[in-house]
Amino acid sequence: MSKQVTLTIDDREVTVKQGTLLVDAAKQAGIAIPVFCYHPKMEPAGMCRMCLVEVGRPVRDRDTGEFVRDEDGSPKINFTGNLETACTIPAAEGMVVKGMTEKVQAGRRDILEFLLTSHPLDCPTCDKGGECSLQDLTMAYGPGESRFPLADKIQLGKHIPLGDLIYLDQERCIQCGRCIRFQEELVDDPVLNFYHRGRRTDIVTYSDPPFDSYWSGNTTDICPVGALTTADFRFEARIWEMDQKPSLCTHCPVGCNLTVDVRRDPASGQIEIQRVMPRQNEQVNEIWICDKGRFAHQFTSDPDRLLTPLIRNEEGNLHPVSWDQALERVATGLKWKEDQMMTLVGGRLTNEDLFQLRHLNDGLGGQAALYSQMAGGDLVAEVGLGKGSNLGDLGPGSTILVAASDLEEEAPVWWMRVKAASERGAVLVAANPRPTKTDRCADHILRYPYGEEAETVAGLLKGRSGAARAIAEAEDLVIFYGNEGQGYEASRALAQTCANLLSETGHAGKKNSGLIAVWPAANTQGAWDMGFRPLAENREALENAGGLYIAGADPVGDGLVEELGDKFLVVQELYLTETARQADVVLPAQAPTEKAGTYTSGERRVQRFDPVVPPRGETLPDFEIVSKVGALLGLEMPNGSADAVLIKIERQKPDYADVTLTELRKVRDQQPIIVPGEYAYIGTAYKNTFGLGVQLAPFAQRAKTTRGDIPEYPSISRDGLLAVPVTRLYDRGVMVACSDTLAPRLISYQFVVNYEEARKAQVKSGEEVKLKLGDQEVQGLLLVEGNVPDGVVLVPRSMGVPLLEPAEADLRPALRSEGDD
Amino acid sequence: MNPYILLRHRDFPAIHQLDVYEEQGGFKSFQRAVTSLEPQEVTEIVKESGLRGRGGAGFPTGLKWSFMDDSRWPHYVVANADESEPGTFKDREIMEKNPLQFLEGVAIAAYAVGANRAYIYLRGEFWQLTDELDRKIAELESAGLLGDDLFGTDYSLRLYTHKGAGAYICGEETALLESLEGKRGKPRIRPPFPPAFGLYGKPTVVNNVETLANLPLILERGSDWYRGLGTEDTAGVKVFSLSGRVNKPGNYELPFGCTLRELIFEQGGGIIDGAELKAVMPAGASSSIIRVDDQILDTPLDYASCREMGSDLGSGSMIIIDETVPMDWLIQKTVDFFQHESCGKCTPCREGTYWMNHLTGRIQQDDDAANQVRLLYDVASNMRGKCLCALGEFAIMGVLTSIDRFPEEFPGQVESEEN
Repeated sequence: MSKQVTLTIDDREVTVKQGTLLVDAAKQAGIAIPVFCYHPKMEPAGMCRMCLVEVGRPVRDRDTGEFVRDEDGSPKINFTGNLETACTIPAAEGMVVKGMTEKVQAGRRDILEFLLTSHPLDCPTCDKGGECSLQDLTMAYGPGESRFPLADKIQLGKHIPLGDLIYLDQERCIQCGRCIRFQEELVDDPVLNFYHRGRRTDIVTYSDPPFDSYWSGNTTDICPVGALTTADFRFEARIWEMDQKPSLCTHCPVGCNLTVDVRRDPASGQIEIQRVMPRQNEQVNEIWICDKGRFAHQFTSDPDRLLTPLIRNEEGNLHPVSWDQALERVATGLKWKEDQMMTLVGGRLTNEDLFQLRHLNDGLGGQAALYSQMAGGDLVAEVGLGKGSNLGDLGPGSTILVAASDLEEEAPVWWMRVKAASERGAVLVAANPRPTKTDRCADHILRYPYGEEAETVAGLLKGRSGAARAIAEAEDLVIFYGNEGQGYEASRALAQTCANLLSETGHAGKKNSGLIAVWPAANTQGAWDMGFRPLAENREALENAGGLYIAGADPVGDGLVEELGDKFLVVQELYLTETARQADVVLPAQAPTEKAGTYTSGERRVQRFDPVVPPRGETLPDFEIVSKVGALLGLEMPNGSADAVLIKIERQKPDYADVTLTELRKVRDQQPIIVPGEYAYIGTAYKNTFGLGVQLAPFAQRAKTTRGDIPEYPSISRDGLLAVPVTRLYDRGVMVACSDTLAPRLISYQFVVNYEEARKAQVKSGEEVKLKLGDQEVQGLLLVEGNVPDGVVLVPRSMGVPLLEPAEADLRPALRSEGDD
Repeated sequence: MNPYILLRHRDFPAIHQLDVYEEQGGFKSFQRAVTSLEPQEVTEIVKESGLRGRGGAGFPTGLKWSFMDDSRWPHYVVANADESEPGTFKDREIMEKNPLQFLEGVAIAAYAVGANRAYIYLRGEFWQLTDELDRKIAELESAGLLGDDLFGTDYSLRLYTHKGAGAYICGEETALLESLEGKRGKPRIRPPFPPAFGLYGKPTVVNNVETLANLPLILERGSDWYRGLGTEDTAGVKVFSLSGRVNKPGNYELPFGCTLRELIFEQGGGIIDGAELKAVMPAGASSSIIRVDDQILDTPLDYASCREMGSDLGSGSMIIIDETVPMDWLIQKTVDFFQHESCGKCTPCREGTYWMNHLTGRIQQDDDAANQVRLLYDVASNMRGKCLCALGEFAIMGVLTSIDRFPEEFPGQVESEEN
């Protein structure tokens, strides 16, 4: 326990950790010292001078070090007579801070008057109006009238695109530098800075493409004025017109807590999503979200959504029908195919959906398969993060291993949390075949050839390297494993190796230790927990299946299979995917934003969300569709709401025994404190009143685990060019591709090689190329990047190239014909 | 006339040559320090000499050195050769004409605080001078006076020059360090001060050129000799830069305790056209302006007496103002300078200098001048005590003291804080 000090702020006594800055200490005492440039998640800058206070320090006797006391016995306090910035002074024992004196109030008024001399005061047309620190603090402290003539106001640019996602209004900017410091300190993308000086100081970006960062939206949350606005929300709605709906991000396994602001759109009359904002959960996403989570929400309102059930008619075309007709057709079809039934699910489904699907599948004696090429959900359930863990608690004594993952691309907020842990003193070991951003904050970098990830991690158990020692000596050990360049078997071997490393070093089942799978989808772990196993374990079943029930997966579109037409195929989807086009029945499902449910994150935290907008058309939640099908088939299915299904899960899944609505909804005080309506301190991230979720205890926390045998996996031939699947955040997956906002940032290339390989193949960056993979040849766009290893072509997933595992490849220009070699 | 201590080229014009400098005892002090004195002993001598920093604040040099955090290494010495205060041109003459004495001073300071690297940060306009210093440093290295294993000991010292890019603020020591690190020249929050957290976060001494140039002779002749010069409050000699409405502008080296009368009328040849002396800005543009009378003219100058006059000696750059110079013109010039040079980091300076510049412009054009003067005075007062670094505080000195001390030159009445 670190040392505590007690001080008095505005006559309130408060005890805080030594080193706490006065502004934070005041916040803990319930006193809001106004700030613009200070932010509790960043180092103080002391620039805006708004947090001025009078600071009295107890006088100590020079010889004895004791406090000098007045006649009445109270400690003698020495005030310097100057105003000081509360954001730069650490609290000390016996300090007396005055924030309400006439002098202080006058000081704050003066600072505001200065700020307003250059401010355009265009609140009526400013998106920040209503949640603006400058507006609020001006109302609280500012002068009522301007002594600065309008004609003297500096006139600057009002609509400067800082990139595709963020706009800068130079007139509104108060030069607090929060955006610059966020980009530098918290996400290590130092792409913004000040330009010019004095009153002409403005914010510029110097990256190419401009404001090149996955985090840019956060700068608009912490901007204390309307200087930074998002391309998504600017000029869309007023703050006070919107309703706040708690939600969860569906794009990756981190499970960021969101608040989605919705409003009835005057034109369409529909309730629409206006913007996606972070909701505080200091154990998950703190007060941040990545740009994919913030801007890729248009999947809800996309005009291409499926809105009615479809069945295939006698001419072989899909045509709209009523739910009754569609469900009847499903039930009849499935009854017929009972013996050879398979259910294939994707990781965007909720636990409730998955539970119901599993129930239906079991009732029909089918195979339950998960559409994923990554293994280890069973191991995560066994040796995952111990209950009570918080990545925010990792620091000195902790070791974090990130294996086979480009973490920022796969799960951005985890990368951010790992970076912060490393800066607090945790030892970070980054093991990946090619350089990633994780390397920048890593203490040990392990580079290995594709295919040797399991050996590399296994080597950490017995080796004498610095990385091995850091793992052996770690008090807490957290292992992230991703899916960089791996097929299913290799993934299974890696997951088992990582699990063994935890067990054999005695970290399994401990708080702040455990295995985290960097899954490709938000609820892949939930699918494992609900009993689904990767399709790769039984590919034949897919081919042999007579009846196929697919929910939230598109194997045809991904090129995994070409033809499913010979089967009785039911597809439950948001869109008419390639798979759905082959279906006998297509059932329109609700988007995650339209229904309630729970997700289990990669850290195995179960979190609940509510609907944020009413469902479109005739769509139904997946779990409800399934229970209707089940009922028609005479199965006893839990009925009713998502919460009713959750109660079944809680009763039937031992791991989920604690996952009750009451527990899911629990909140507690979090640091830094968010006071609704006080934007100056934290920005516009929302307070969490909806629930922090429930952490599941891994099996190892209840019983001892033992090491498992490492399964066999294929070795990789290294004679020619090796194509490996990798993950890029801005791919063209179905939930992202429809985002107008993100569209200009989505990647367009299918292949990445280094300069040497490009030269060898006589191809250039930006060119159409052909990649031969076994029998098939795929055409796509090439990107040439310096840090790709020799002999490797990276193939980003979800870009239309059907590559599930490393494979030999041949790269050639697209225009050259076969005979030219 | 006593021999020069800092402007020794006026006695020995070829002292910039190493052989001539060595003939005059050059580098003996550094050699003696390295070979026969402990670093702490050097610091002690400098402490006892009473040497105070010549950059403006007058902080005791030896005391500053003793604040160096010995638990963290490496240590650095940085010579502040940014010399950007309007009216200051003393460091330039020292470095141009007597460069070796300055470089030896840097070397002595480096030895005293255990630094093996020292940087000389020069304003960008000093590019020719920088080239010359680079040549001198190379010469000293080949002569074995700088470099590795000096004078047969294991002490090594390398000197580097670095040019700024034209910003007044980079004369402020923490902005200078930021700039030296390759960042934007913006002041840091103090504390921590450079001896605790300086260049690259390491303990660093930042000393002015003139301060450092004193060191070789202090070591050669002893602290008592130096203490014997100057006054009780401020030991030693000072190079005063004289400019403005004076017949013979230039640098004048005089011991502390000399008077303004001596400086302006005996040395500087009096006021142009025999006009009436009205005011003195003793510290360049950042001065509180002194209204001159006979008593002031005859007061012995040092840091303490200057404060009693309601000003600060600062870098000793005396700008002489006579009856022909209107005060509203004067403050317009200084405010314009400061708004141009404000780095923009803190609100009151960024916005205040911009605002004041509008107001002084209006006052000069006599556009509702009485009201503008009142507002100007209020704006300047509101800046006071709220800025992040001294630049913002300097920007208001001329404004407030002009209005306070020369009320007859401004229309309207202000409620003066001074009287």
